[in-house]
Amino acid sequence: MAIELRGVVKQEGGQIHIHETNLSLEKNAFNILLGTTLSGKTTLMRLMAGLEKPSSGRVFFDGRDVTGVAVQKRNISMVYQQFINYPNLTVRENIASPLRVARVSAAEIDRRVAEAAELLRLSPMLDRLPAELSGGQQQRAALARALVKDSDLVLLDEPLANLDYKLREELRQELPSILAEKGAIVVYATSEPHEALLLGGFTAALHEGRIAQFGPTAEVYRNPVDLRTARIFSDPPINTALVAKKGNTFHLNESVKWPVNDATCGLADGEYRVGLRPHHITPMRRGEGSIEVMARVLVTELTGSESIVHLDIGGHRWISQSHGVHAVAIGATETMYLQTHRFMYFESDGSLIAA
Amino acid sequence: MRRFKWLVPTLYIVFLMLPIYWLLNMSFKTTNEILGGFSLLPQDFTLENYKKIFTDPTWYNGYLNSLAYVVFNTVISVCAALPAAYAFSRYRFLGDKHLFFWLLTNRMAPPAVFALPFFQLYSAIGLFDTHIAVALAHCLFNIPLAVWILEGFMSGVPKELDETAYIDGHSFPSFFVKIFIPTITAGIGVAAFFCFMFSWVELLLAKTLTSVEAKPIAATMTRTASTSGYELGLLAAAGTLTIIPGAFVIYFVRNYIAKGFALGRV
Repeated sequence: MAIELRGVVKQEGGQIHIHETNLSLEKNAFNILLGTTLSGKTTLMRLMAGLEKPSSGRVFFDGRDVTGVAVQKRNISMVYQQFINYPNLTVRENIASPLRVARVSAAEIDRRVAEAAELLRLSPMLDRLPAELSGGQQQRAALARALVKDSDLVLLDEPLANLDYKLREELRQELPSILAEKGAIVVYATSEPHEALLLGGFTAALHEGRIAQFGPTAEVYRNPVDLRTARIFSDPPINTALVAKKGNTFHLNESVKWPVNDATCGLADGEYRVGLRPHHITPMRRGEGSIEVMARVLVTELTGSESIVHLDIGGHRWISQSHGVHAVAIGATETMYLQTHRFMYFESDGSLIAA
Repeated sequence: MRRFKWLVPTLYIVFLMLPIYWLLNMSFKTTNEILGGFSLLPQDFTLENYKKIFTDPTWYNGYLNSLAYVVFNTVISVCAALPAAYAFSRYRFLGDKHLFFWLLTNRMAPPAVFALPFFQLYSAIGLFDTHIAVALAHCLFNIPLAVWILEGFMSGVPKELDETAYIDGHSFPSFFVKIFIPTITAGIGVAAFFCFMFSWVELLLAKTLTSVEAKPIAATMTRTASTSGYELGLLAAAGTLTIIPGAFVIYFVRNYIAKGFALGRV
């Protein structure tokens, strides 16, 4: 079972929301759409759902062309970022809604609603109205409604974005196992890179209405095809700079330089754009390729479990992310270590040439 | 300072209630007493005025006629405004914003402007002096009003709710009747209330389009002079009874009225 977009384009009022897209999403894995706001995640989902018609291109489900098929006939479910429940129906009736429309027998409805409620821990509040629930419970009710029917396609559009931190963590852990049992194609949109990594599966990185890269999540993270994908898949943002390769050395400036390695020795001399993830700049020496740099501290963000420090390294504003609390004074000059073998090298057009 | 805290609200209530009190006061007096002098309470308490209204068909029929066309009008207005408001709140189409604004054009002219053409039109098609004639005439200002109010309430409901219903398998009619209308009952209540009120207090069109069969209470009240001169007590009793339906309806939508005056955009 798969949903496939073939040459799908969506434009509205002269503005292109989705550039020509070819994408095939399989069952039995989390398919993640990763991108910032306005990158086209929601539009792409709405196209898959049939809530919007592509301007050109076709949508296939299981090899069958479903481009013009009405939403009602598609057997899908969707959960939005906002908590969407029918305000006049109790939680029980909300969850039962798709089954009632499908004319499932009353006993069967009772059984399945109880099951879904149990799974999402809603059993004690089945007879309440959505407005009487907390945000997290409302979203769980919406999830239960999406899961109660045996849909072929489950679309989750940033379902956890409006939840508070604790609940998000909790649901994020539970979702993959809950959905794994459904046997549906699961598509999950998120703007948070670490959410994508936690959920695993496959990731499509979206940038301004284009799919920059699609592949197994860890693969996309480790080997981004270009700088854009590396940017999308990095939080805090990836550090970039122009470096010059002269012979066997890369020069960031006069004082900061590092030798080539196996991957980069074949590159021609010249200018390259490099990317270095924030957690590869550390206050302690780590790994063989580490080089020492002097950095002026600009801003510090201590989250308790990790320290994010904005640094001025040779005129570049870079960010370091490290475990634990490292108290550093703003304005002070600190010794930091760059893990040079973690550098990613990009061509001037942004495509990755060495990592 | 603190000792006079009660003063402002008390004065407020006194000024607010004085005309209504005076009306009520008069309705329990005889016309002679009203004309005779000044008294805060009826000296010669009488229920004759009310009795007359409830027993004389020319009087109580006025109420029945008014209620009939007001209810007709409210039902027609809300039923017509529901789909219109839905279209304005959910779809973008050519000239939608202009159309929405120009719904209110009729409010830019006094009803007297429409009285003559309506009179001629309704006479020509044989609707003169019927309840439905007044009900339809009042749609002129009530449907746009209801559309504006309902549009505000509908726009407060996220579009995703509609989509969720479609995804659940609801067809459009099923969604609209089973999900959407129950979701905006408050808005429908407010819209109905405003239609009711405006139709209930409108006099000019109602009076112009009726003669005997569908004569509204307000028109009956304007014919006050009889062989025994002005019947002020009777008139006051009729006035008191006229306030009741409005007060009754206001009570039911009291929590939503502010939202209604803001056309649902709170």
